[in-house]
Amino acid sequence: MSELALAEATRRPAPRPAIVDAAADVTTMIGRSLRLSLRSVDGMITALALPIMLMLMFVYLFGGALRTGIAYVDYVVPGVLLVCAGFGAATTAVTVSSDLTTGVIDRFRSMDVSGAALITGHVVASVARNLVSTALVVAVALAIGFRPSAGVSGWLAAVGVLALFVLALSWLSATIGIIAGSPEAANGFTFFVSFLAYPSSAFVPIDTMPSWLRGFARDQPVNTVVETTRATLTGGPVGSVAWHAVLWSLGIIAASVSASGVLFNRRG
Amino acid sequence: MTTDLAIEAVGLAKSYGSTSVLDHFDLRVPRGGVFALLGPNGAGKTTTVRILATLTRADAGRIRVAGHDVGTQRREVRRRISLTGQYAALDEAQTGEENLRMMGRLLHLAPRLARRRAAELLERFDLTDAGRRRVETYSGGMRRRLDLAAGLVGEPEIIFLDEPTTGLDPRSRAAMWEIVAELATGGRTVFLTTQYLDEADRLADRIAVVDGGRVVADGTAAQLKEQVGGRRLDVALAATAGPEAFATVVRRLGPRAVTADPARRTVGIATDGTAAHVRALLDEIDAGRDRVAHFDVHTTTLDDVFLALTARPAPAEVRPIATENPIATEKRSEHV
Ligand SMILES: Nc1ncnc2c1ncn2[C@@H]1O[C@H](COP(=O)(O)OP(=O)(O)OP(=O)(O)O)[C@@H](O)[C@H]1O
Ligand SMILES: [Mg+2]
Repeated sequence: MSELALAEATRRPAPRPAIVDAAADVTTMIGRSLRLSLRSVDGMITALALPIMLMLMFVYLFGGALRTGIAYVDYVVPGVLLVCAGFGAATTAVTVSSDLTTGVIDRFRSMDVSGAALITGHVVASVARNLVSTALVVAVALAIGFRPSAGVSGWLAAVGVLALFVLALSWLSATIGIIAGSPEAANGFTFFVSFLAYPSSAFVPIDTMPSWLRGFARDQPVNTVVETTRATLTGGPVGSVAWHAVLWSLGIIAASVSASGVLFNRRG
Repeated sequence: MTTDLAIEAVGLAKSYGSTSVLDHFDLRVPRGGVFALLGPNGAGKTTTVRILATLTRADAGRIRVAGHDVGTQRREVRRRISLTGQYAALDEAQTGEENLRMMGRLLHLAPRLARRRAAELLERFDLTDAGRRRVETYSGGMRRRLDLAAGLVGEPEIIFLDEPTTGLDPRSRAAMWEIVAELATGGRTVFLTTQYLDEADRLADRIAVVDGGRVVADGTAAQLKEQVGGRRLDVALAATAGPEAFATVVRRLGPRAVTADPARRTVGIATDGTAAHVRALLDEIDAGRDRVAHFDVHTTTLDDVFLALTARPAPAEVRPIATENPIATEKRSEHV
């Protein structure tokens, strides 16, 4: 009998405005992606252990050889933070791509769940993963001698810029994940993003680079974020680079959000 | 506008690149009951289901599902259907219960209702204990049941099931049959695909046989059997009749020969089962009364229909795709 009553209740003409339903779908998909993230052992190891190893490697292996004016650990931590976050966000391309190969996506589609909801779920989970790993890397950095001079506002600014950039990269990665034919292809994007950290001031000052590279190194998105993070944490002059960092991130977000919607609908 | 048809497809066509998968595909599925789309591997069953369930767009054709146009009223269609595909559509790392609850939330049930619905479906599909485990620990049969349950969370009008019993052991298969039969009550329509004749025979109120991207026959199981003759005459030639004699007989019978087994020198012929017809056939095959060793008349099975419709050496222009598809041919020979 309760079967009947329940059947009546579960019939689904949507009495709510579409926007409420859409928001509900986003919430559901965020929950899904967070749960799947937490349960992916490989994913968690990549997200947590790798950044810490990177941090230790840069500080101990390269730290002695590099002269940057301030203690190398203080110089390099903003760069490593960014590499870790960037790398973590880039893995979202792989996550999205392999998710799209599973049959469950067809079911979502046939239930009229939008691509935007699905992708937002992935992006939010990616940002969450990366904020946790960033916090961990900062803790390790502090433990091995990172002594930033920033006050509360400096930290907040640094976290804000980083988080915005992680959001942008995550969304860009998700878009790449939709385009990529396979998770392996999507993986290539991770390398591309990690590579962008080298022609930047993340590990060595830009003046030490060949002159033809300096212009690119200075203006590319990764560098603007590294410089902003470093300036806010070590109390240096922040200047216009912060605006560049913010604009880059917002631009990437805008482009990715619109592209991902179109691409998702076209696929399949 | 609302008709008594759950699904109506006229002139459906779909190709991938230069490969034509469906062509001049027409289908009418009445509301209520079980409808089976029967066909060999590669016949285009999955493609059809995906088009009807709004996942793939057809190249041509007019398609209405649950009274709405699949091309222009996707959302309306989606609200009324559910699809359980050929391969499980579940999150492996979520538990059975979480998967079902997620479906409920995506159908915009209140959290409490989604939870209740999940519990109820787990119970109905005998998964209550497994509900707390991750799907990756499930057996094939459990996965299928959960997958089907996931398609039922929202009380759809039309339920698409793509090969619901492929890969199940006989017991799970029988259990699935029971479930499917139960689903098709209260005006609901179950549209399933299968390559198993006994499944279609046993479950379906109506059957469409698809081969090479077209519906080659449709009707009730009885009507289909009628179509190839209500009965089949199996004739075994004597050992003294050589292979050439056998070949001549088969050639002379042409399309009336439903089966032919040169090794055992047997040939199956459609007949209405009357003495006059059987006698005439025997005389035709064996005018000298020295070739036929023995014969046997029995009721046509859906197997005969299937073979007659899909495996007969047809003129090449009728089914170019089927004859090009090695998997289809290979699978078909299993039915012989
Ligand atoms: N995305 C695609 N790209 C190219 N060819 C495809 C695609 N999907 C299906 N086909 C081709 O269409 C034909 C019909 O495929 P379909 O999956 O519909 O068959 P089916 O009847 O479901 O077979 P099975 O019983 O093996 O599941 C096959 O020859 C297949 O190779
Ligand atoms: Mg199929």
